[in-house]
Amino acid sequence: MTAPADVSSLAVSRARWRPAEIAFWILALSCAFLFPSRYLIMTDIVRLALFALSLDLILGYAGIVSLGHAAFFGVGAYSAGLLALHGIVNEPVLALLVAGLAATIVGFATSFLVIRGVDLTRLMVTLGIALLLEALAERFSNITGGTDGLQGIEMQPLLGLFAFDMFGKVGFFYCLTVLFLLFLLARRIVHSPFGLSLRAIRNNPLRAAAIGVPVNRRLIAIYTLAAFYAGIAGALFTQTTALASLDVFSFERSADLMLVLVIGGTGYLYGGLIGAVVFKMLQELFQTITPQYWLFWIGLVLVVIVLVGRARMHRWALWLPNLLIRRFAGRKAVVVVPESDPS
Amino acid sequence: MTTLFTILFDGIAYGMLLFVLACGLAVTLGLMNFVNLAHGAFAMAGGYVCAVLVNQSGWPFFAALPLAFVASAAIGVVLERSLYRHLYNRSHLDQVLFSVGLVFMSVAAVDYIMGSSRIFIKLPAALEGQIDFFGVGIGRYRLMIIVICGLLTAALQLILAKTRFGSRLRAAVDDPRAASGLGINVPQVFAFTFAFGCGLAGLGGALSAEILGLDPYFPLKFMIYFLIVVTVGGSSSITGPFLASLLLGIGDVAGKYYVPKMGPFVIYTIMIVILIWRPNGLFGRTAAR
Repeated sequence: MTAPADVSSLAVSRARWRPAEIAFWILALSCAFLFPSRYLIMTDIVRLALFALSLDLILGYAGIVSLGHAAFFGVGAYSAGLLALHGIVNEPVLALLVAGLAATIVGFATSFLVIRGVDLTRLMVTLGIALLLEALAERFSNITGGTDGLQGIEMQPLLGLFAFDMFGKVGFFYCLTVLFLLFLLARRIVHSPFGLSLRAIRNNPLRAAAIGVPVNRRLIAIYTLAAFYAGIAGALFTQTTALASLDVFSFERSADLMLVLVIGGTGYLYGGLIGAVVFKMLQELFQTITPQYWLFWIGLVLVVIVLVGRARMHRWALWLPNLLIRRFAGRKAVVVVPESDPS
Repeated sequence: MTTLFTILFDGIAYGMLLFVLACGLAVTLGLMNFVNLAHGAFAMAGGYVCAVLVNQSGWPFFAALPLAFVASAAIGVVLERSLYRHLYNRSHLDQVLFSVGLVFMSVAAVDYIMGSSRIFIKLPAALEGQIDFFGVGIGRYRLMIIVICGLLTAALQLILAKTRFGSRLRAAVDDPRAASGLGINVPQVFAFTFAFGCGLAGLGGALSAEILGLDPYFPLKFMIYFLIVVTVGGSSSITGPFLASLLLGIGDVAGKYYVPKMGPFVIYTIMIVILIWRPNGLFGRTAAR
C-alpha cells in the first residue's frame, strides 16, 4: 500500500461517526424535552458552544492563540442588531448569514495582521483588534448606541413561521439547529486534507512548509472561517436576547471563552461543546453561592486547571468511561482523547 | 504654546509612571519570555497597601510608598516560588490562562475586601496645587513623579549595566544553561528579579492612584498599556521600554486633549501598526525567541 492511500484511509476511518457522538447529539436534543423550563440557559450554552467551536478551529487545529476572539462575536452581534433594528434584512436566518459574512470580512482583513509574528505578537494584535473595535463602537455611538447598546430590537418570526417566544423555546431550537449544521461543516473540514494540513502547521510550521503546505494561506483560510463562526455566534446572541451592547467586545468574553475551551479540551471539536456545558453550570453554581464575587472562583478554576495540567486533567476525566468500556466491551477505549496541546 | 508644554509635561509624568509600572513586566515578559498578564495585580496590591496605610492608619504618604514596594515584592516572591516557577517552561497558552485566572481572582478579592468604588489616597499638602514656571502650570504631584521615576530609571540602568547582579541577570537571560554552568544560580536570579519587578509595580500603583485611578478593575484596564510598553519597547535593554512608555504617555495625553472623541483608538492603531512593522518591537533585538 502506498503512503497516500494510508493517509487517506486513516483520515476516512477517523472521520467515521462513532456511537458516542450520535449519543451526544441525541442527548443534546433530548435536553430540550427534559428541561422545558430552562430554555434560556440552554440557549446560552448552545451559543457559547458555537463560539467555543470557533476558537477551537484556530486554537486547537491551527495553534493560533487569540486573546481577542470576541472581536468577531461583537461584529456579528452588532451586524445582526443593526440589520433587525433598521429593517434591512428582516428574515432572521438571512440576517444571520449576512452578520456572519460581515464577521468573515473583518476576519479576512485582520488575518493578515495575525499571521505575522510569533505567539506574543499574535496575542497582542488579537487583543488590540478587539479593543480597537470596542473603542470604535463607543466612538460611533450614533450608530451603535454607545454604552447603552442597541435598544428596541424586534425580531421577525423565523422563516416567517415561528415567532420568538418569551420562554425561548423557538430560540433554543433555532440555536441548536445552527450549531448542529455548523458542527457538521466543521467536522467535515477538520477531517479533510485541509484539516490535516492545519494540524501539520500547528505541530511544526517549518516542516509543514517544507512538505509543501502553503502555511500562510491555510492560516488565513482557517482564521477567516473561525471569524465566520464567531460572527454567527454573536448574531445568535443578538437575535435571541434582542440585545447588543459594548460588552460583546470585552476582554472578559475572550478570556471566558478560553476557559470554556480549556475545560473541554482543544483539538477535537467536542471540547468547546462539553466545555460550554460545564462552564455555564460552574458559573450558575458560583453565582448562586456568591452573586458578586463569582469571578474569583472562575479565576481559581483557571489557575488550578493550569497547575494540574490540562492533559492530566482530561486523563482523569476520561478514566471512568475508559474503564467501563474496557471492562464491558472488552476492547480499547474509543472515547476521544484530546490531542496534545500546541506549545 | 503653554498648553503644548503642559501636555508634554503631563505626558512625560504619565509615561514615567507607566515605565515604573511596566518595567517589571519587561523583565518577565521580554527577558524571561513569560506572558504574565497579572502584572497589574501587583501594582494594584501596592496601591491598596499604600491607601490603607495612609487613609486608615494615618501614615505619612512618603513612608507608605516604600511599604507599597515591600508588600508587592513580598507577594511577588511568594507567588513566584509557589506558582510561577512551575510555568516557565509551559506553553504561552498555559501562561496566559494562569495569569488571567490570577487577575480574575485579584479583582474579585479586592472587590470583596475594599469595595468596588474608586480609592483616593490623601496627599500631603506640599504635593497639591501647581507651580508657575515661566507661565507654564506644573503640577507638584506630577513633578514629584518625574523626579522619583527618573531617579529610579537611572538607578535601574546602573544596576543592570554596572553591578555584578546586573551582569548575572543578563547572562541568565541570554543563555540560562551556560549561565548555570558558570555557577550562576539562575532560579534565584529570576526570583529576585521577579520580586523586584513586582515591587516596582507596587510602587507605581501607589503613585498612580492619583493619576490613573485605583479600583478593583485596575489590572484589567491597564493590562494593555503594560503590554504595549513591553512589546513596542522590545526587551534588549531598559531604554527601549522607557522610550516606549514616554511615547505612549505623551501620545495618550495629547490624543485625549486634541482628539478626545477618538478615545484610545489612536494608541491601539499605533500599537498594531508598530507590531506589524516590527514584530519584535521598535527597539527589540532581531532574533525572535
